Amino acid sequence: MAESSPVVEIRNLSFSRGSRKIFDGVDIDIYRGKVTAIMGPSGTGKTTLLRLIGGQLRPDTGTIKVDGQNVPKLNYHDLYALRKRMGMLFQNGALLTDMDVFDNIAFPLREHTQLNDRLIRSLVLMKLEAVGLRGARDLMPSELSGGMSRRVALARAVVMDPMIMMYDEPFTGQDPISMGVLVRLIRTLNDALGLTSIIVSHDIKETAAIADHIYLLSGGKVVAQGSTEELNQSNSEWAQQFMKGLPDGPVPFHYPAQDFSDDLLNLDGRPRGAR
Amino acid sequence: MLEYLQGLGHKSLNIFQRLGRGHILLANIVLGLHSLLPRLRLVIKQIFFVGVLSLVIILVSGLFVGMVLGLQMYNTLVDFGAEESLGVVVALSLVRELGPVVSALLFAGRAGSALTAEIGLMKATEQLSAMEMMAVDPIRRVLAPRFLAGTISMPLLAAIFSAVGVLGGYFVGVGLLGVDEGAYWSQMQANVDLYDDIYNGVIKSVVFGIVVTWIAVFEGYDAIPTSEGVSRATTRTVVHSSLAVLGLDFVLTALMFGE
Amino acid sequence: MTTRTTEIWVGLFVAGGLAALFMLAMQVSNLSTYTDDEGFDVEARFEDASGLKVRSAVTMAGVRIGQVKQIHFDDDKLQAVVTIRLNSVHDKLPEGTSASIYTAGLLGEKYVGLEPGSSSNHCEDMALEAELEGRDFNAADCVSVPVYLKDGSSIQITQGSMVLEKLIGQFVSRFLTEGDSNKKADSSEGDS
Repeated sequence: MAESSPVVEIRNLSFSRGSRKIFDGVDIDIYRGKVTAIMGPSGTGKTTLLRLIGGQLRPDTGTIKVDGQNVPKLNYHDLYALRKRMGMLFQNGALLTDMDVFDNIAFPLREHTQLNDRLIRSLVLMKLEAVGLRGARDLMPSELSGGMSRRVALARAVVMDPMIMMYDEPFTGQDPISMGVLVRLIRTLNDALGLTSIIVSHDIKETAAIADHIYLLSGGKVVAQGSTEELNQSNSEWAQQFMKGLPDGPVPFHYPAQDFSDDLLNLDGRPRGAR
Repeated sequence: MLEYLQGLGHKSLNIFQRLGRGHILLANIVLGLHSLLPRLRLVIKQIFFVGVLSLVIILVSGLFVGMVLGLQMYNTLVDFGAEESLGVVVALSLVRELGPVVSALLFAGRAGSALTAEIGLMKATEQLSAMEMMAVDPIRRVLAPRFLAGTISMPLLAAIFSAVGVLGGYFVGVGLLGVDEGAYWSQMQANVDLYDDIYNGVIKSVVFGIVVTWIAVFEGYDAIPTSEGVSRATTRTVVHSSLAVLGLDFVLTALMFGE
Repeated sequence: MTTRTTEIWVGLFVAGGLAALFMLAMQVSNLSTYTDDEGFDVEARFEDASGLKVRSAVTMAGVRIGQVKQIHFDDDKLQAVVTIRLNSVHDKLPEGTSASIYTAGLLGEKYVGLEPGSSSNHCEDMALEAELEGRDFNAADCVSVPVYLKDGSSIQITQGSMVLEKLIGQFVSRFLTEGDSNKKADSSEGDS
């Protein structure tokens, strides 16, 4: 593994939505062949980070280099060419609801290649076999369970043999069995297909089990990084609170508000939302 | 006072921003139309959803509007002893106005709302985003075929509406009220002009088709990706495109027939 | 719904739409009346061509035989020059045909009505000439060749539009002048 050349290199990234700063000078390196996890409490813009890497959003400042190309500066044509080498698994699968499972997986192939039907069929069946859903090829997305649609979406994301796979909260809302299936799939696909994987998640146990490297994000900054063991042994309060799942710590339990006793005593009853 | 002023400014800025986004989207759709040439199947599929599925409502309304016109106009014309002109009046009202306008309004309600809801839900369920990440431009893959299908279907629907309406007027006028059959058709043929009336009517319906589908597609694409956002966008599509059709109808009529 | 049925339905829809357009063009509009471009142009000058439009009907004996092709204004003679396209089958209209602008019904469209006039007879002309010059003229020697309207000929006898306001205006002014003279007569009587 060429540790010296990250596939994704994010430098000094700032991004804000309205007046809210979501990223404030973030640096992240993602190395080839590794599974890198981006973790952090809800609302830290983890999904936003994936959209920035995919070029769906543009940062305020900073560079996002994917395979040497600065994504925010790419033109339409180059951006779409780069996206062909990226795969992304959306939180709810985002299957195209007007096609059955087979056509969903064949979709990128039909859009981007001139392959004939037989070749497409064998490619699709290969990927379906890999996620264990070859028998479900004729079902419509509405007939699939949440875990199944995520696996179909996974098959679709890798059907073009991408260079980078991005997973947006792959474990959220899964029962333990499909969670286990997904965890194993992500790891085996990464190693078997020689992918580079980025997982965005807040499920520590599952993510920590397969990640080679973890970034902890909070308040728009990288607060800790390292391998799972390094983070577990880290004496950073952030890392401790997050890895152990403590309710209060540097990440406050309370949304910023005025003092509770003041708020209770304030009896003149200002309507909500009045300044 | 200042707050109201600020609110007004905020509202108008929002409107201008939406208008701007709408025009940029239209430009992108039009620029993306060429990519449809090798994949006419996508357009055909959308013509089915947009055009064929609107056919029933268009046929039924066209027939009834024509029949009502026949009845109403007969009662007025007979006072002037001019019931022979029934054919002209029915045909001109349908071809110039009712055909393009009513079918555009029905189209906005039937197909426009469906388009907005479909695209809005695709956005809400991240299907559009997923396409983008699969390096498939949703504007070209999803919006452009629907836009083209709407633009093609609308004039055809309006023509069907008018033709069925003329037949409806014929059934009532000739069949029921006893207007002379020859007079019905010959007066019509003598007074309806191919260019001034029919051609202009077709132009109207093409314009309405473009505007209604554009609004529908834009509202869907610009919808707030929640169920409430999509339902509001759907309502907006029907309201805005109906208003646009009626307003544009006035402008086009003034340009075409106002001399 | 398979692709095939979808495509068949779309095919039907498009065919139906085009058929409706075709029906509107052929059955409802006046397309059938001016598809035949073949014909010849004659010219008629009117003092007043108000209300006449391009493609207005040109009839003879109440039957449509052509249409107005062009209307323009002659700056020298200050007249309206109306070019009429007659269908080529109607090539036996005598040269002396006159043209008038009529209104269909009281408030209807204006149209040009042609009335047949005498075709100027070559032989009669020659006979008249001979008589004037005091020569003998043998009618049997002369072969009469009737002259018909042809491309480029012009209609000599015309009657322009009757403008309702003008007629009323004339009527009213005549009435007023009569009234005035009566009044004058009255007042002069009163003076005396």
